[in-house]
Amino acid sequence: MAELLLRGARVIDPFQDLDGVMDVAVARGRIAEVGRGLSGEGREVLEAEGLVLAPGFLDLHVHLRDPGREDEETLESGLRAAVRGGFTAVCCMPNTDPPLDNASLVEDLVLRARGLGLADLFPVGCVTREREGKELAEMGLMFAGAARVRAFSDDGDPVADSGLMRRALQYVRKFGGVIVSHPEDRSLSRGGQVNEGLASFSLGLRGIPALAEEVMVARDLLLAEETGARLHLAHLSTAGSVRLLREAKSRGVRVTAEATPHHLVLSEADIRDYDPVYKVNPPLRTPEDVRELRRALADGTLDAVATDHAPHSPEEKEREFEYAPFGVVGMESAFPVLHTELVEKGELGLPVLIERLTRGPARVLGLKPPEYGEGIRPGARADLVLVDPAAEWVIDASAFASRGRNCPFQGWRVRGKVALTMKNGKVVHKAPEYRRAFSRDGG
Amino acid sequence: MVGEAGERRHLLDVDDLAPEDLERVLETARSFSEVMRRPIKKVPSLRGKTVVNLFYEPSTRTRLSFEVAAKRLSADVLNFTATTSSVEKGESLKDTALTLRAMGVDAVVIRHPVAGAPWLLRRWLDVTVLNAGDGMHAHPTQALLDLFTMRERLGDLEGKTIAYVGDILHSRVARSGFKACLAMGMKVLAVAPPTLLPPVVPEGVEVSYDLDEVIPRCDVLYMLRVQKERLLEGRFPSPQEYSRFYQLNMERLKAARPGVVVMHPGPMNRGMEISSEVADAPHAAVNAQVAAGVAVRMAVLFLLLGTGERGD
Repeated sequence: MAELLLRGARVIDPFQDLDGVMDVAVARGRIAEVGRGLSGEGREVLEAEGLVLAPGFLDLHVHLRDPGREDEETLESGLRAAVRGGFTAVCCMPNTDPPLDNASLVEDLVLRARGLGLADLFPVGCVTREREGKELAEMGLMFAGAARVRAFSDDGDPVADSGLMRRALQYVRKFGGVIVSHPEDRSLSRGGQVNEGLASFSLGLRGIPALAEEVMVARDLLLAEETGARLHLAHLSTAGSVRLLREAKSRGVRVTAEATPHHLVLSEADIRDYDPVYKVNPPLRTPEDVRELRRALADGTLDAVATDHAPHSPEEKEREFEYAPFGVVGMESAFPVLHTELVEKGELGLPVLIERLTRGPARVLGLKPPEYGEGIRPGARADLVLVDPAAEWVIDASAFASRGRNCPFQGWRVRGKVALTMKNGKVVHKAPEYRRAFSRDGG
Repeated sequence: MVGEAGERRHLLDVDDLAPEDLERVLETARSFSEVMRRPIKKVPSLRGKTVVNLFYEPSTRTRLSFEVAAKRLSADVLNFTATTSSVEKGESLKDTALTLRAMGVDAVVIRHPVAGAPWLLRRWLDVTVLNAGDGMHAHPTQALLDLFTMRERLGDLEGKTIAYVGDILHSRVARSGFKACLAMGMKVLAVAPPTLLPPVVPEGVEVSYDLDEVIPRCDVLYMLRVQKERLLEGRFPSPQEYSRFYQLNMERLKAARPGVVVMHPGPMNRGMEISSEVADAPHAAVNAQVAAGVAVRMAVLFLLLGTGERGD
């Protein structure tokens, strides 16, 4: 493989607190040199002035539908969507068919992902067998196997039984695993379609109260504190959850949390014409909740942005709101939407956004080099993303690599684009408009 | 409702109507109610137009009302109900819409068990859409016929007080009714146990848990049907307890203003939210509501589909 020189990009590497204009040379899948005025001789040169180079992003929360619903997404289409979004590593949730509740299933997925060479796959295993919420799954064997599973979740469903959740938290201490909570008390949310309050009243749909999330967040924080285990809270959506999280962190509870781009950008007021593309669980909340999530992302109370990428077939989404499934696709719109709505509007610095897409999620999983997070330094694996913060374009879900088209940001004019993604030194995504801009003169 | 030239006109909820449209509907309905007193109750206004009643939920009353209204305007009426159609074979709403579009119908009247179905239909279908009730969401023609009935009894509605009593949380009648009554300048009360009230109510609606306190203040008592399902959901302990606190009976009616109007969208649960005596008392406007339903639906169809000529 020819050597490559990325010249003149602003390098933002949260793993080293690095932020400055530099040249980065890549050879044999690794970063060869980092510095100023590096020679382009014998190297393919990418002129990257004005662009930002960062470690490849890590998405903690995606649904790849493989195995079981390959009509909606496959491992390959999902990982192609990932690299288009700048993610060189993703955690797939285990609510597949069959569910990822044993070592051989997760190993199979990891091996297939390696064969594709697009993005690293860190599967999340089930907490309970068959994801039924009754008996513990073989979490230790999933951890000890080739897939090295360290996060477990019944995502899509909560572990409703508090005793079982407590034992799961106790058990994963054995190997330092983390339990990912899908915080939802079904007895409070059952039948709900949208946020309880203004949206549920004016749309005439059953409501999902903020309380359905907060009751479970509170329970899981208490269980995490008592067991001393590591807890991660998925897709937080309410100001009340943030308050509970903040308070628990200040007491030293070992908890991390994520929010999705759609909960950080959209509110219940954005639901239009009963379009099920706005139907997500947890539901889009109030503008006040959105503001509080943004504050928490900025101050680090929220550790990571995770997309909760959930592709659905058009037949399932093009129907009555109440009959449509929950979920939106997110990997290919995450960076541009967050850059436009948070960074460009001055609410979040670009280095902070990149931190929440790289080092933040790595800390959640406890991922360490060489698996992920070596940063941009000589010898490190060349898993990189190059973004163009000034590029203006219109999101077109029909052009996504994902099989899902259920994108609530369809047609949005955004600023900021993933220009290029590199995995092990290989270019796995290059946006068409940059093909010519990157010269090959080697001068 | 009356759009720009060439714009398709629909009635999905009460707020599709500007105040002057509302007035026009009520005026037109009044003139059609005169037609109904004639020996030949038919005008040729919509001759050659086809109206489809697309009913995904059993509703004999509303469907009949729309059917009678359309027929009295000389429109051709097709009834498409969930039990007799391809819906049973799993056809999606979208495909049904595309089928109707291909057939070239002029208007679709849709009743659907979930909120928002008429909005989807409007997106897929290039004809006039009338909402005949979608889930818990909206029921605009019910709200209009209720206004019509109240006007007949009370005259000008500005400043008059109406209390909606019962399962407001799940009621499309109340949701559209609130909008219509507030638009007329009425004072609106929502009376129910807390478990049957929505988490928020529109600005201008006053909430009370106490029917006895509310009754003397009202010109209209609008009783809502309470379904058995709500008991199973644990929203109140028993029918006995519910009717003890929220049933309109003769004893309670004694505290009401002399000319109070008692209304109900039907079908009534006699002995539950309303006692039989009250349902049959002269205060009750339930049958007047049914009659108004035909006149109002004639008016709406005429204004949405007609050329402006009544033709009689």
